[in-house]
Amino acid sequence: MIEVKHLTKTFEDKTVLFDISTTFETGKTNLIIGQSGSGKTVLMKNLVGLLEPSEGEVLYDGRNFVTMTKHERVLMQREMGMVFQGSALFDSLSVKDNVQFPLDVFSSLNYTDRVKRAQECLDRVNLLDAENKFPDEISGGMQKRVAIARSIVLNPKYLFCDEPNSGLDPKTSLVIDELLSSITKDFNITTIINTHDMNSVMGIGENIAFIYKGHKEWQGNKDQVMNSTNKKLNDLVFASDLFRKVKKVEMEEEQRAHEK
Amino acid sequence: MLIFRLLRKNLTTFGEYLILMRRSFSMPERMRMFMKRYLKEMVQLGVDSIPIVLIISFFIGSVICIQMKVNIESPWMPRWVAGYTTREIMLLEFSSSIMCLILSGKVGSNIASELGTMRVTQQIDALEIMGINSASYLILPKILGLVTIMPFLVIFSSAMGIVGAYGTAYIGHIISPEDLTAGIQHAFNSWFMWMSIIKSLFFAFIISSVSSFFGYTVEGGSVEVGKASTNAVVCSSVLILISDVFLTQLLS
Repeated sequence: MIEVKHLTKTFEDKTVLFDISTTFETGKTNLIIGQSGSGKTVLMKNLVGLLEPSEGEVLYDGRNFVTMTKHERVLMQREMGMVFQGSALFDSLSVKDNVQFPLDVFSSLNYTDRVKRAQECLDRVNLLDAENKFPDEISGGMQKRVAIARSIVLNPKYLFCDEPNSGLDPKTSLVIDELLSSITKDFNITTIINTHDMNSVMGIGENIAFIYKGHKEWQGNKDQVMNSTNKKLNDLVFASDLFRKVKKVEMEEEQRAHEK
Repeated sequence: MLIFRLLRKNLTTFGEYLILMRRSFSMPERMRMFMKRYLKEMVQLGVDSIPIVLIISFFIGSVICIQMKVNIESPWMPRWVAGYTTREIMLLEFSSSIMCLILSGKVGSNIASELGTMRVTQQIDALEIMGINSASYLILPKILGLVTIMPFLVIFSSAMGIVGAYGTAYIGHIISPEDLTAGIQHAFNSWFMWMSIIKSLFFAFIISSVSSFFGYTVEGGSVEVGKASTNAVVCSSVLILISDVFLTQLLS
């Protein structure tokens, strides 16, 4: 479980995050949603240590990440996996070598076992047949899956994904969402996903934190989103005609059930 | 006020450079991986530069020999003077300083653009998240790789310059091979060779560390990577020229 307590982030004279407090639960897909520029990525960077919070605490199963020494942080980061928005694969390495890379650096396994483990992870994301290709030879969706395989190769306790569906078609986005959801359940890890993809919100949003202009505006799950009266949340989630219609149907059904 | 601000900015940049160097010169996570990268960088930065070093040195050696023969020759000068001056120029300045200036363009822009691209595509962030000291992992092999290979490039350059001078003798018949050989062998001081190598070690450090700094600290997108690449070449070239003055004074 990750607890964020009163986190504030200021860049010189501009405050981007204001007193954020929230909890991300283990074994659940936790979503951070919000419009572009709302502070989602800054929040995630503060969680993983790429940025320093100006105020507040980040507790990983009770361990305060903010006050840790440099060495403790490095050890802590080895319990994390991260999927970046642009995949961030090492373009000089093949798909297999990208996935194997964290093992080469940190694992005490011998070469054969490291290769075997990397292949297991590639198999988990259905990319075993692309192991010898290079990142620029595969599609964006495949790159994301390689990034997921790389992020789970060391069996992390915490998985962070920064807009994993950006630039992907709806069908591929669904594959990525299902993959992240099943990995979270299978390995019982704490997964945090930054997204503004409403299909993800409705599909895998077990715990959703809505950030609006740097403030935590709302928190709940995908079922609660449907019934939410928060205007700012509704403006984001039900921005498209399709979702507005879905909500209307849902509410009508609920009303009918109530009447019966 | 403007001067003060400029001075403050430059001192801040220098401080950031020193901090990055301190991070870079820390023990690698895995020696096996470090050695792999070290060898790769030696090939990429050094071995791949051999053809350009040989081509430039050959023609500069030829041109210096021709210029010396045509412009310095007089009844008061011994006939071997063209060979002698060619050797001294190649050894004392061209093969170390000028060759490093040329390499700062090729190698410096290569390093800055590679690290800059890794920064903007979040590959460096990915290393940091894994708990890897990205500065040490990426920069240290580049610095040590270039510092290791640079003396060999200097030796190849000096040798090729002399070959170029012989080219003018055998092919262009500008000077007789006997006069050229006499000049090249005249009053040879082996310290000059060492001086050239020592200077090149400093220059290799400047090229690799300064270019790494500019590439590693890029913020933004492809335009900033291009700017960082240009700044890396300009800054390392200027630093090479300034340090050349001090090193030449110190080692002579």
